[in-house]
Amino acid sequence: MYNETEIIKDTTELGPDGELVINMGPQHPATHGVLHLVVTLNGETIKKIEPHLGYIHRSIEKMCESLTYRQFIYVTSRMDYLSSHINNTACALLIEKGMQIEVPERAKVVRTILNELTRIASHELWIGAMAMDLGAFTPFFYAFREREMITDIMEDTCGARLTMNYIVPGGLMYDIHPEFQTKVKTFVKQFKEKVTEYEDLVTGNVIFQSRTKGVGVLTTADAISYGCTGPVARASGVSCDMRKIAPYDAYDRVEFDEIIETDGDSFTRYLVRVKEMNQSIRIIEQLIDNIPEGEFVGKTKNVLKLAKGEFYQRVETARGELGVYIVSEGGTTPYRIKFRSPGFSNLSVLDHISKGSKIGDLMATMGTLDLVIPDIDR
Amino acid sequence: MTNEAIKEFITAHTPEATYDETGEWLNIIVEPNQLKPLAFMLHGKAMQMDFLFCLTCVDYKTHLTMVYHLTSSKNRTINLVLKANVDRTNPEIETVCDIWRTAEFLEREVFEMFGVQFLNHPDLRRLILEDETAIAVDEKKEDVRETKGYWPLRKDFEDPINMIKL
Repeated sequence: MYNETEIIKDTTELGPDGELVINMGPQHPATHGVLHLVVTLNGETIKKIEPHLGYIHRSIEKMCESLTYRQFIYVTSRMDYLSSHINNTACALLIEKGMQIEVPERAKVVRTILNELTRIASHELWIGAMAMDLGAFTPFFYAFREREMITDIMEDTCGARLTMNYIVPGGLMYDIHPEFQTKVKTFVKQFKEKVTEYEDLVTGNVIFQSRTKGVGVLTTADAISYGCTGPVARASGVSCDMRKIAPYDAYDRVEFDEIIETDGDSFTRYLVRVKEMNQSIRIIEQLIDNIPEGEFVGKTKNVLKLAKGEFYQRVETARGELGVYIVSEGGTTPYRIKFRSPGFSNLSVLDHISKGSKIGDLMATMGTLDLVIPDIDR
Repeated sequence: MTNEAIKEFITAHTPEATYDETGEWLNIIVEPNQLKPLAFMLHGKAMQMDFLFCLTCVDYKTHLTMVYHLTSSKNRTINLVLKANVDRTNPEIETVCDIWRTAEFLEREVFEMFGVQFLNHPDLRRLILEDETAIAVDEKKEDVRETKGYWPLRKDFEDPINMIKL
């Protein structure tokens, strides 16, 4: 019935000095997407990691050159699909800055709340997936229980659960759902009760600690030189929160702390994200009762045209600093657009920080870098 | 540090540099051969521009412009844009990846998308697109390669199979 298969004794060729080259991905459960790593090993020790990208490259930058300023926002939801709200915000802010569009207060506050909900949802997914990479299955269900509440709120408000496309230049596409405030308050109440469960399950877990402490250490100087941003850089002691450095929307009127730790290992990166979720809750609590009444979208022209020149807008996504760089020649479409994605720079440090560690530790390092592949390939 | 002080500081080092203040941040335009020494100087103790947060290239049809966005991790309020116009037919510029390590990947991306050659780059290969051998197998793509070069983000790039003109 079955063909007798040939037994291959030498599956790989050994290089000089007993080097062994293995391919990790593009279909690998721990890469969460189509990331292809060519890992050079000496025994179990990593000598070199070479990322091969492009399995999900859609050339979004080229595509945007033929889309108008109203259309190109929707493509950016497909970049970092876990923070699509924040990507949309970055594009909308850039156009508002370039055209001096007045944004109503109501839209600003709702955007900020939604951005923070997105950040929590992204970190929730990360916590579950990362713990699963390290062999713990239960945290995934715990994390998704709360994440489900956020996606339900998103579904009510925006009509979609993942690629929201809710933010337009000038404000919001339509007004918030009547039950938005009550639902968010219920979520905040439940999250505050349940967040201690993560701490019990993961933070204090001896196996988790021994697998992540001292693994993949990124020093402050390296984090700056490699252009790392977001929780990865903040775990290495680099202050890089765009919400503090260049406040946008309603971030200038809320109180929150920028979480900065100095150890720089995988466990610290985990801690920074858990603490960040609590700060996001703090921001939501300050704003949810104070959503101003009024218009939800400012007055804009039907056809948007940016003046000739160059524009740059930076926002803080769940993974770090997203930059949108537009060169405009005065037309209805961008002449050149560049997305500075946080994942791209964070990936480039992977080779440096995992050199010399064991291949099992690569899972912990990669998991805590929180790579989203469509964001890297674009 | 005001824009005037920065301009004075740079003019002392590179007298040929020109400035553009119409945008949000100060733009410094230099010749390609002056870029590396200036970048090295900006990274030094006096300015501490140690954070390269964006590196890209723009095709202006007559020439290519390399764009470097710099800031300092000590003082994030200072943002500078460094620009150098390179020749379109034979684009060459010195690499900056020994100053900012993040440039290694970003320059590889620019190399494959615009065809800019980065001199002294440690590992200048394609990063995102399929490798050159795979492109050569496809006859139609080979034609594109021979006539205009396979640089997708240049303005004259045409791909009859994968591009839809609106």
